[in-house]
Amino acid sequence: MKSAQRTSRPLALAMAAMVGLPLALSGCGSSTAASSTEAVTEISVMDYYNNEPDKSFIGDALTKCGTQLGVTVKRETVPGKSLVSKVLQQSSSKTLPDVLMLDNPDLQQIAATGALAPLADFKVSTENFAEGVLSAGTYKDKVYGLAPTVNTIALFYNKDILAKAGVTPPTTWDELKEASAKLTAGDQYGLAFNANPTYEGTWQFLPVMWSNGGDEKKIDTKETEQALQLWTDLVKSGSVSSSALNWTQADVKDQFLAGKAAMMVNGPWQIPALDKQPTLQYGVVKIPVREAGQTSVAPLGGEVWTVPQTGNKARQAKAAEMVACLNSDENQLAMATARNTIPSKTTLSDKFASDNPKLATFTELIKTARARTGQLGEEWPAQATKIYTAIQSSLTGNASPADALKQAQGQ
Amino acid sequence: MSLATDLPHSKGQTTGGAAKTHGLGTGQPAPRRRTRQRRERLFQWLFLVPAVVYMTLFFGYPVVKNVVMSFQEYTTSTFFTGEAPWVGFANYVTVLSSSLFSTSLLNTVLFTIGSIVGQFVIGLSLAIFFQRKFPLNGILRSLLLLPWLLPLIVSSAVWRWILDKDSGALNRFLGDLGIIDTGIPWLTSTSLALIAVVGVNIWIGIPFNMTILYGGLQEIPDELYEAGSLDGATGWKAFRHITWPMLRPVVSVVLVLGVVYTLKVLDIILGLTNGGPANSTQTIATQSYNLSFHEFKFGEGAALGNVLVIISLVFAVLYLRASRRAVDE
Repeated sequence: MKSAQRTSRPLALAMAAMVGLPLALSGCGSSTAASSTEAVTEISVMDYYNNEPDKSFIGDALTKCGTQLGVTVKRETVPGKSLVSKVLQQSSSKTLPDVLMLDNPDLQQIAATGALAPLADFKVSTENFAEGVLSAGTYKDKVYGLAPTVNTIALFYNKDILAKAGVTPPTTWDELKEASAKLTAGDQYGLAFNANPTYEGTWQFLPVMWSNGGDEKKIDTKETEQALQLWTDLVKSGSVSSSALNWTQADVKDQFLAGKAAMMVNGPWQIPALDKQPTLQYGVVKIPVREAGQTSVAPLGGEVWTVPQTGNKARQAKAAEMVACLNSDENQLAMATARNTIPSKTTLSDKFASDNPKLATFTELIKTARARTGQLGEEWPAQATKIYTAIQSSLTGNASPADALKQAQGQ
Repeated sequence: MSLATDLPHSKGQTTGGAAKTHGLGTGQPAPRRRTRQRRERLFQWLFLVPAVVYMTLFFGYPVVKNVVMSFQEYTTSTFFTGEAPWVGFANYVTVLSSSLFSTSLLNTVLFTIGSIVGQFVIGLSLAIFFQRKFPLNGILRSLLLLPWLLPLIVSSAVWRWILDKDSGALNRFLGDLGIIDTGIPWLTSTSLALIAVVGVNIWIGIPFNMTILYGGLQEIPDELYEAGSLDGATGWKAFRHITWPMLRPVVSVVLVLGVVYTLKVLDIILGLTNGGPANSTQTIATQSYNLSFHEFKFGEGAALGNVLVIISLVFAVLYLRASRRAVDE
C-alpha cells in the first residue's frame, strides 16, 4: 500500500498542476481574501454580446456605468452557445466574474446551483419592472437578475403584398388561416414561422399556446391541442412551408426579406436587417388569438444581469451597483433605442412607444409577456423539449396533435 | 509469447537434481546479467511513461469520470457545490427505458451502416480509378480531399442550403431537368431526412476511405498483376484474386475506424437537422449531447454516452481479434 501511495504521488501532483494551471491563469482577480473596506477599482464582467453592433452598445453602457461608479470594467464576451458551459466551469473553479449576464431562461439553472447572490442583499431596487421581467429573474421568491431591456415576438407583415391581395393583418386564428391561404401563391408562402426541434421552436409556439390558456406544466390539454392544431393546419394546407420544421428564426427572416413569406413570426432584433432593405414596407401586429377578446400573451426574451457569489463582499457590492446602474431609467431607454429592444420598466413604456413607433406593438406586448421559467423554474429545459417534440411529431403527420402532446407529456 | 513458452520448459529442467549443480556452476555471471536485464527493462518502461501519463490524463480520466458520472445525480449545482449523490443504475434505467432509445438505436445502426457502405464502396472505386495514369490525376485527387479539409460545421451549413425544400440548389437542379415538379423535402420529411443525412456523411467520409485505400493499393506489387495477367486474371478476376486479398488488412482498418468515427458523429446531424424532424435523425450521440448540454441532465447524458462507448468497444475488440489472427497467420 505504502509504496503504491509513494509512486502515485508525483502523478497526482502533476495532475493537480495541470488542472490548477488553467485556473490560475483564468483567475482574473476574484481574490477571496479581501476585507469589505477595501477600495474596489476594477470589476470583471462577462456577457455574450460578441457581435457588432450589440457588442459596442453594451460595452459603452458598461464603461459609462464604470466611470460613474469609479471602477474600470474588465469585460469578456463569449459566444452565446458556450456561455452556460463556461459559467459552469467557472463555478467549479470559483472564478466567476463580478457581474454576469445570462439569457433569462438559463437564470434558473444557475441560480439553483447557489452561484448567484440575491439582489436584495445589496438593496438593488426592483420597482416598476414588468411582472414577467421580475419573474424571469426570480428563483424561489428571490430576485437574482434584472434585465435592462427585453424583447418578445409578434407578427410581421409585408404591407405591399397584403395590400395587393386585399388582406388586412389578421387578429384571430380563423383570419390568420384565411389570410395565409390567400397570400400563398407560386413560390410565396402566406406565413413563415420556426418549428425546429430546439427551444426556438418551442418559443415561437408559446404565444398561440398561452393566449389560448395552454399550460406549460401539463401540455396534454384541450387548449394546447387547439393551438397545435392551428400550427399543424397551417403547414398541412401549404400556407406555411414544411421547411419550418428545420428553419431557425434567422431563416424565417430571410424568407420574409426575400418576399417568399408574406407574414412571419419574429422578434424586434430582426428590425435592423429588415430596415436595410428600403423597398420593404412592413408592419407589426400582435400574434392572433383564437377568439376575439382573448389576450395575446407573448414569451419574454432578453438577458438578465446578475451578481455571482464570488466571496468578496466589497466587489459584490460594487457589482450590484453596476447592475442597478445598467437598469437606471436613462440607461434602459438608451440601450433599448440603440438595440431595438424594449425597456423592462413599465413606467417607461409610454414614452418609449411614442418615441419608437416601430416598437410600439412589442412595447405593448411586454406588459403582459410571460417568462418561460415563471412556472417551471429549472424544469423549463425538460418541458420545453417535450413541447418541441410534440410540435414536430404533429407537424410531420406522425401523430395527431392530441396524441403528439399525450406522448410527449408521458415521456 | 516466447517468454511464456520458455518458462515451463526451464522449470522442468530445474526439478532434476542435476540442474542444481548446473546452476551452481554458472551462478556467478547470472545475477549480473539479471540486473542488466532489469535495468534495461526499467529503461523500456521509462520510455513508456510519457505515453502512459498522456493516455491517463486525456483518455483515462475522461472515461473514468464519465463512468462515475453516469452513476450520479449530476446537475448544474454539482459544478458549484461539488455534491453529486449516488443513484446506482437509475440513470441507465431512465435512458434505456425511454421511448426514444429504440428510435435512437435504430437510427444509429442505419446511419452507421449506410454511411460505411457508401463511403467504402465509393472510396474504393475512386481509389482504383485513380490508380490508372491519366493527365490531371494528381490535381483531381487532391480536389477530392476538399470535403475532408472543410470544418464539419461549414459543410453542414452548406448542405443545409443545398437540400432546402423551396430554394435549395438540389431541388432547383432537379426541377430544371424536369425530374420533379414540387420541391422534395429532403430534411423535413421523416422518411427522407435520415437518407439525406447519411448522404452528406458519405460525401464527408469518401476522402478518408479513398486516401487510405489508395495507399493500400500502392503497396500491392505490380509483378503480381503481371503474373496474374499471364494466367488470364485481368479486370474483375484480378480484383477478386489479387487486389482484394492483398488489401484485406487495410480494409479492416478502414472499416473499423469508419464504424467508430461514424457512431459518434454529432456536428453533421446537429447542423443539418438537429435530430429532427420528429426525432427521425436522432442518434445515440445526438441524444446524449442533448441530455447533457441542453437539458442539463449530465448523469443521463453520461449513461447514454457509455452505452455508445460499449458499442464502439465491441467493434474495437472485433478489430483486435481480426488483426491478431492476421498476424498469427
